[in-house]
Amino acid sequence: MSFLIGESMTGGYGGADILNGCTIAVERGEIAVIVGPNGAGKSTAMKALFGMLSLREGAVKLDGHDITKLSPQDRVAQGMGFVPQTHNVFTSMSVEENLEMGAFLRTDDFKGTMEQVYALFPILKQKRKQPAGQLSGGQRQQVAVGRALMTQPKVLMLDEPTAGVSPIVMDELFDRIIEIARTGIAILMVEQNARQALNIADKGYVLVQGGNRFTDTGEALMANPEVRRTFLGGK
Amino acid sequence: MQDFLNGFMLLSNFLIVPATAYGSQLAMGALGVTLVYGILRFSNFAHGDTMAFGTMVVILVTALFQKMGLSIEPLPTALLAIPFGIAATTVMVLLSDRLVYRHQRKVRAAPVVFLISSIGLMFVLNGLVRFIIGTGDQRFGDGERFIIRFGEFKELTGLDEGIAFKTSQGLTIVTAIIVVAALFWFLERTRAGKSMRAYSDNEDLALLSGISPERVVMITWIISATLATIAGTLYGLDKGFKPFTYFQLLLPIFAAAIVGGLGNPLGAIAGGFVIAFSEVTVTYAYKKLLTYWLPESWAPEGLVQLLSTDYKFAVSFVILVLVLLFRPTGIFAGKSV
Amino acid sequence: MTLSKQQAPLAFAFMAMALIMVGIFQSWSLSLTILNYCLIASIMALGLNIQWGYAGLFNVGLMGFAALGGIAAVLVGMKPVPEAWALGGVGIGAGLLVTLGTIFLAITAYRRLPKGYVRGWGMGAIIVLGYFLARYFFDPATNQIESVNPAQTGFLGGLGLPIIFSWGVGGVLAAGVAWVIGKVTLGLRSDYLAIATLGISEIIIAVLKNEEWLTRGVKNVNGIPRPMPYEYDLQQQLWAQEWAAWFGADLQDFTSIYVKLCSAGLALVMLGVLYWLSQTAIKSPWGRMMRAIRDNETAALAMGKHVTGRHLQVFILGSAVVGIAGAMMTSFDGQFTPTTYNPLRFTFLVWVMVIVGGSGNNLGSIVGGFLIWFFWVEAEPMGYALLNLLTSGMADDSPLRAHLLDSAAHMRLITMGLILLVTIRFRPRGLLPEQSKQARSH
Repeated sequence: MSFLIGESMTGGYGGADILNGCTIAVERGEIAVIVGPNGAGKSTAMKALFGMLSLREGAVKLDGHDITKLSPQDRVAQGMGFVPQTHNVFTSMSVEENLEMGAFLRTDDFKGTMEQVYALFPILKQKRKQPAGQLSGGQRQQVAVGRALMTQPKVLMLDEPTAGVSPIVMDELFDRIIEIARTGIAILMVEQNARQALNIADKGYVLVQGGNRFTDTGEALMANPEVRRTFLGGK
Repeated sequence: MQDFLNGFMLLSNFLIVPATAYGSQLAMGALGVTLVYGILRFSNFAHGDTMAFGTMVVILVTALFQKMGLSIEPLPTALLAIPFGIAATTVMVLLSDRLVYRHQRKVRAAPVVFLISSIGLMFVLNGLVRFIIGTGDQRFGDGERFIIRFGEFKELTGLDEGIAFKTSQGLTIVTAIIVVAALFWFLERTRAGKSMRAYSDNEDLALLSGISPERVVMITWIISATLATIAGTLYGLDKGFKPFTYFQLLLPIFAAAIVGGLGNPLGAIAGGFVIAFSEVTVTYAYKKLLTYWLPESWAPEGLVQLLSTDYKFAVSFVILVLVLLFRPTGIFAGKSV
Repeated sequence: MTLSKQQAPLAFAFMAMALIMVGIFQSWSLSLTILNYCLIASIMALGLNIQWGYAGLFNVGLMGFAALGGIAAVLVGMKPVPEAWALGGVGIGAGLLVTLGTIFLAITAYRRLPKGYVRGWGMGAIIVLGYFLARYFFDPATNQIESVNPAQTGFLGGLGLPIIFSWGVGGVLAAGVAWVIGKVTLGLRSDYLAIATLGISEIIIAVLKNEEWLTRGVKNVNGIPRPMPYEYDLQQQLWAQEWAAWFGADLQDFTSIYVKLCSAGLALVMLGVLYWLSQTAIKSPWGRMMRAIRDNETAALAMGKHVTGRHLQVFILGSAVVGIAGAMMTSFDGQFTPTTYNPLRFTFLVWVMVIVGGSGNNLGSIVGGFLIWFFWVEAEPMGYALLNLLTSGMADDSPLRAHLLDSAAHMRLITMGLILLVTIRFRPRGLLPEQSKQARSH
């Protein structure tokens, strides 16, 4: 039984279906990556798991509980964290305030969690009084991930976390993500940089036209000649 | 030296002190408008008449207190009545949100629909205030009228010109400082205040963080009603209460908010003073001042008044247009929805 | 409750009934006065609809344009005051030239100089200097003009032309001012445009109240000629006396009604012409393009449509129509009273007309104009009657009763507000929604 699973998800934003019977699952401490061509429904699949669109068919289960009907805010309360692709920080608020907002739903003392985030992203501790809007792209992504971590989620979902950042920053970010996974959090990522993402992935889902095309470990997918040819631009 | 000081006194009495008081009133009015804009994302044309409503309640309660013999000499009795005014205005404002704006939020109506709705509310409030209290001028200030009188000041300093510091002016400035400090403390230091800033900054992310939109909306209206009542009462104590004048204040208040940067509280305050000082500076007759400060032969003949006071609104308006043309986001960049 | 185009005549029939009731229960003279104002209000609503319905322009400055129309009536219809012209004409002329020159120089500086401090300070200096220079010419001239027989004139007077021309001149004047305003403000978003136009109209009225040399300020201009005959003149005519006798009516009543019918006829013709023109425009390719721009401005821009230019056209046309209505109103009144230009009664009331009648629908605006104006005028007597009834149980000298009866006038503000709120909530498209080629689901 997977920790988080979206089974046979079918649905869209009101018009035609974007997802067609797609299944995505991730275990605790595992890194699962969703890749595929543009328009394949990668982000849509993740949004469906988070409850930002309603499914015509299929179900979403977290730790055995059916959460298909829950709103995104409720899912946050259940332990899901979501890092959107864009507009994922409060630009006019300081780094520390962003983290505070991340912990908004918590009633206990979250100083400990904040220290953990600072340990994970040391540069944020340095810049914690600065407005998030003044940081570089890579640093902002760190703030965005840090914000999501403040609720101590059991699952962390990231929508194209390395979009628009330089390769060095991307490597750093992936290193951090591996560290986060090591603490036992399930990680689900949608990525355009398929090669680098599959490199660190325990499980990879290749989506085409809203359905599962290939599902395997990251290594296996990287070695798969068809996958390499079509999505990784290799031989 | 004497002449210079005299001139300075003149400037203070007729320009600096009144402009500071007026600026404080505008700043508080603009704060109410800018908060609603930043969080509810529309321009509330009913704000002027909300101020009138709040002031009306204060006046009625003040009259009651005066009859009961309550007094806090030398301060005006109206101060005691302000909490009641705030309470009544808050109820009215929350009620109108529930009846009018909530539906529009639910159907995600365009900002212009909110604007039109606020115009409808403006009509209703306008009529209601006139209905209850009439259209005449109301003077409800009591207590000591001056903190220091013209004559007293002259005696103290021995100059020809003095400064008359009205209680209402002093009250306005002190209250404005307290209110603004409280507001900023709330926004910067409390969880609720930060949640409002977050909601204003990035609505979707705020919702994701679990911030309750309805709660934020409610707090915004409460603060807006409070600011409106206080600003309106201070203005009324200073210049008298007449329902029509509060509608006319819409223009300088919005000008202040826009000049400072719509949606930015600091901007609202800065804008308030910019507008107030500009209005007073441009319409002041400098003849006497120049007579003090310039050598005899240069003493002016005419009034040396740039614009007559009837064109006060033209000043706020021109500044507004200039800002909109050359720096639309305002002094402190606000948001444009 | 939305009406289709076929049902619009029902609305008019309802209005006719209402006016007849007023005639019977109050007076025919009053009924016809209301009719006249309804017609004028409808023209204003039409003008606003052209701006709002076609292009989504949020103009809250209608009051100013109506006042400009009124000025036209004064400037065209009143006889000139020769003394004033002799004394002050040159000064005013010089002042105007200086003002125009300053503006021209400032714009040239804006275009020629590179962006930066030099340009900003340069323009500022030009404008400040130009202002003082203009005042140097204006001030003595205006003082002299105002000193000429202040009780009766004290202003420049007009051209002494037939008043009916003022309707066209009003439109042109409003259009000219609209061009200037539009050039400056039309790039702004709707909230900002609303405030800017509100400010401009307040300034126009402030100018009218203060620049006595132009329109006597708050002393008002009386005796503006009217396009229809005067009752007094009519009463001297034999044929009028005979007709009155034949109707069995009092001569004064008869002439008053006759005159009002004349003006109503003129207004109706004007309304018809403007309506026909608007309908032709909206159905033309130009009109379709306007609506396409309104519905999706970004797409239109991407297609290379010159959006601001089109908006300017619409702004000018709509303002011209409002200007015409303003001139009509002043010429019917026979007097120009700056203090009656009250934003609530003018600008915002017309907005209610357009919203309730149907934004984007010309016929709807006309219906809205009739309905809302009728309510506005009748709300006071109806409210009074209602309050009278409700308080009939109270003692005759109860202060509460007196207060309530006094305040009947304010009831209409509340009623208008409620009508607007109810409409925007339940029928945001208005009574006669906009017609479109494709079927729209509301």
